[in-house]
Amino acid sequence: MSKKELLKIEDLSIYYITEDGTVKAVNGIDIKLNKGETLGLVGETGAGKTTTALGIMRLIPNPPGKIMSGKIEFEGKDLLNIPEEEMRMIRGNKISMIFQDPMTSLNPVMTVGEQIAEVIEIHQDLNKQEAMKKAEEMLELVGIPAARVNDYPHQFSGGMKQRVVIAISLACNPQLLIADEPTTALDVTIQAQVLDLMNNLKEEFNTAMILITHDLGVVSEVCDKVAIMYAGEIVEAASLKQLFENPRHPYTLGLFGSIPNLDEEVDRLKPITGLMPDPTNLPTGCKFHPRCPYGTDICAKQEPKAIEIEDGHKVKCLIYEGLVDAEVKR
Amino acid sequence: MTSNVAKGTMTVEKKKNKKRSQWAEVWRRLKKNKMAMLGLAILTILVLTAIFADFIADYDNVVIKQDLVNKLQGPSAEHPFGTDEFGRDIFARMIHGARVSLRVGILAVGISIIIGGTLGAIAGYYGGKLDNVIMRVMDIFLAIPSILLAIAIVSALGPSLMNLMIAIGISSVPSYARIVRSSVLSIRDQEFIEAAKAIGANDLRIILKHIIPNALAPVIVQGTLGVAGAILSTAGLSFIGLGIQPPAPEWGAMLATGRPYLRYAWHVTTFPGLAIMITILALNLVGDGLRDALDPRLKQ
Amino acid sequence: MADKILEVKNLKKYFKTPKGMLHAVDGVNFSIERGKTLGVVGESGCGKSTTGRVVLRLLEATDGDIIFEGKNIRMFDKRQLRQLRREMQIIFQDPFASLNPRMTVSEIIAEPLIIHGLTKNKKELDKRVSELMEIVGLADRLVNAYPHELDGGRRQRIGIARTLSLNPKFIVCDEPVSALDVSIQAQVLNLMQDLQEELGLTYMFITHDLSVVKHFSDEIAVMYLGQLVEKAPASELFKNPVHPYTKALLSAIPVPSLKNKKERIILKGEITSPINPEPGCRFAKRCPHADKCTNANSQPVLENIGNEHYVACHMVNKLM
Repeated sequence: MSKKELLKIEDLSIYYITEDGTVKAVNGIDIKLNKGETLGLVGETGAGKTTTALGIMRLIPNPPGKIMSGKIEFEGKDLLNIPEEEMRMIRGNKISMIFQDPMTSLNPVMTVGEQIAEVIEIHQDLNKQEAMKKAEEMLELVGIPAARVNDYPHQFSGGMKQRVVIAISLACNPQLLIADEPTTALDVTIQAQVLDLMNNLKEEFNTAMILITHDLGVVSEVCDKVAIMYAGEIVEAASLKQLFENPRHPYTLGLFGSIPNLDEEVDRLKPITGLMPDPTNLPTGCKFHPRCPYGTDICAKQEPKAIEIEDGHKVKCLIYEGLVDAEVKR
Repeated sequence: MTSNVAKGTMTVEKKKNKKRSQWAEVWRRLKKNKMAMLGLAILTILVLTAIFADFIADYDNVVIKQDLVNKLQGPSAEHPFGTDEFGRDIFARMIHGARVSLRVGILAVGISIIIGGTLGAIAGYYGGKLDNVIMRVMDIFLAIPSILLAIAIVSALGPSLMNLMIAIGISSVPSYARIVRSSVLSIRDQEFIEAAKAIGANDLRIILKHIIPNALAPVIVQGTLGVAGAILSTAGLSFIGLGIQPPAPEWGAMLATGRPYLRYAWHVTTFPGLAIMITILALNLVGDGLRDALDPRLKQ
Repeated sequence: MADKILEVKNLKKYFKTPKGMLHAVDGVNFSIERGKTLGVVGESGCGKSTTGRVVLRLLEATDGDIIFEGKNIRMFDKRQLRQLRREMQIIFQDPFASLNPRMTVSEIIAEPLIIHGLTKNKKELDKRVSELMEIVGLADRLVNAYPHELDGGRRQRIGIARTLSLNPKFIVCDEPVSALDVSIQAQVLNLMQDLQEELGLTYMFITHDLSVVKHFSDEIAVMYLGQLVEKAPASELFKNPVHPYTKALLSAIPVPSLKNKKERIILKGEITSPINPEPGCRFAKRCPHADKCTNANSQPVLENIGNEHYVACHMVNKLM
């Protein structure tokens, strides 16, 4: 695996400006992704995961959405500074996206073959016949018999539809695949099939991937690196091993405590108290402090910086700046 | 999926212990729509005029009293909109005409909402054979042009204000039945209906408390636009002599009686015509505004 | 003999569809002890939600008996059924769809009390509503809020308060936390456990989430295409799954841990259609042991293999 940098996001902020106030969806996040790597972007509803993904694709609905600041460098080019025409040639070709719901992301009046061929025709210099032939190859690749190329989406089950969506997204051999909760709508046994398929394809094509999910279990199956998002910020970023063996941010620990563990019996779960903050009115200082078991007065005043506590393991918490005296443990 | 992130977190907790119903929310959105507010302002003036018509112009002495000496006079200080072929003040007649037009419009729509809504709710909630019977009858009604249906009903019952309202009301029953039925169908399968069944609520309670309040939005929009249609139909029927009978003032009838004098007394037809136009425009503006305000997808 | 609050015998629910008879629930037997939780797991379309609704008579069963506190409630008339609603209740999956958007929090919680005439006057009603809100952890200032103003966790608390208002003994929980974020999910699960202890509730907990069901249940029943394939005490089922479907299901759970990664059993194909199913074992088409099974054309029945562990599989002796 080449260690070439593919994607570099710096200080990205995205707001939604609505009549009810400004929703600060993404607040100054940094992401680095090398070729062939998989990053898990983990967080709860409203953490800003999907907005980040749409930001990379430059698909933020505007209005109300607006990219306020930051840089998104892809293969050395700042995506925020290229014309829309050029961006269109990148979308679906070099960067493609899989959406959560396979039921609604396919066009019901086109055959699956036509839908795969469409993206190939747009981005590659192939005629209709050649594109259809490639579409058949893609279907075989995701484990659907090529004979079904002329079937319509409603003739497929949920898991099969998600395979078709994956075939479409991989048809142009993208450098980066953004998958937004690709298995959330699927049953566990089907999820296992799809994750298995994605793992195989990723290796075969050496595609980098950003996997957006709320499920730490899925992350542990697929990802190399993990970034935990809370209220539009990445509060902890680490390699898979570091994050699962040595989680340090109180929110990350809260997430682990909220999931029932299959290996241990506990009488009660340890949930994070309180609720997600109102994104139009985020807390001052550390955004997590009102829900944090270690929160002190200073947390409400000072915004934490990302501190690298070990190689490649960054945590945004005042404890690691030495300003709060607490020992974070499971 | 445009902005799940934004939507998902928009559930802002209200700190005040006060009811802020969805209707208040709708009003807040409607207020932002300038055209709808303009329409609403016009309507308010019209309604107030209709209510206080007697204070503005005396019915017996001004509105229907003939004064042939002053017939077909152009607008002047004394008669701002001029006089008609019997020398009656057109301004005064229009003010009292607003009363008739608005009353017919609102009551006719009221009749069709009550009948159509009930039939649609029953058809949608119970489904099956009952649904089939009701909706096929509605289809038959829909196959007849509504103005012809109204003409037939008025001809059969005889021309009077009440019959006019009934005729116009009945002729638009099918469209309300369809609207209510389709929204009831979508609400019927929602979980909160099942939740109501689970706590032991009976059908009547479910229809009245759970289904109707949620099915109202499209009916309100259609109703607002329907009042405009009813006013237009009244004017049309009066124009052909099946509506309001003289000497009672009604905009459509005024239009009809002014027709012969169109060449040399333009004001006799122009002012009632403008009144009809402005009223309908106002109602349509409000209707469109309500439709946007009631549609949660347009919330942002 | 344990105190069984509910016993379901040979329960069947078929739906007529244009393509044929849909066997949503097809001969299910189980019982639940008072004060305990039975977890019912399975994938979408396996009939778990339908089972819950048939047990409550929100849907009418096609065949079978539902014995609740010694009485066969399938025979109940309208009046008895209304009384029964006070004993048996349901918590729904979707806290967005299961609350009427035009009613305030207090109106929603008060509705069951009004329908059953459980309070004498407005004052008593208000008192009971604020009591219920306190029990489920809803702040008093939210009485006049509308559901759309609140987040998923709070909405689900409203649903729970409505359910509790009738003082039920038995509650069907249909995926009560699936629509919630993990941190909120844990809060609601803990609340439900507290309530069970304080009020002695019996739960039938329907879910597709195996980690949640293990944490929450005393006993677990695994459903596949309208039938129970395995039933055992929770820890026993996870320690020693026997049915090939249960094994595959358990191995497919993505575990948020890097240690002891199990070998995944990836099943071929997807759940087959429950419309006019062929006789015989319904899992045979996906079963990794089907080629060795000599009896796939006859239907396996639940057999006790010891430790209150029941399995419906012809190969049970070879798989243990």
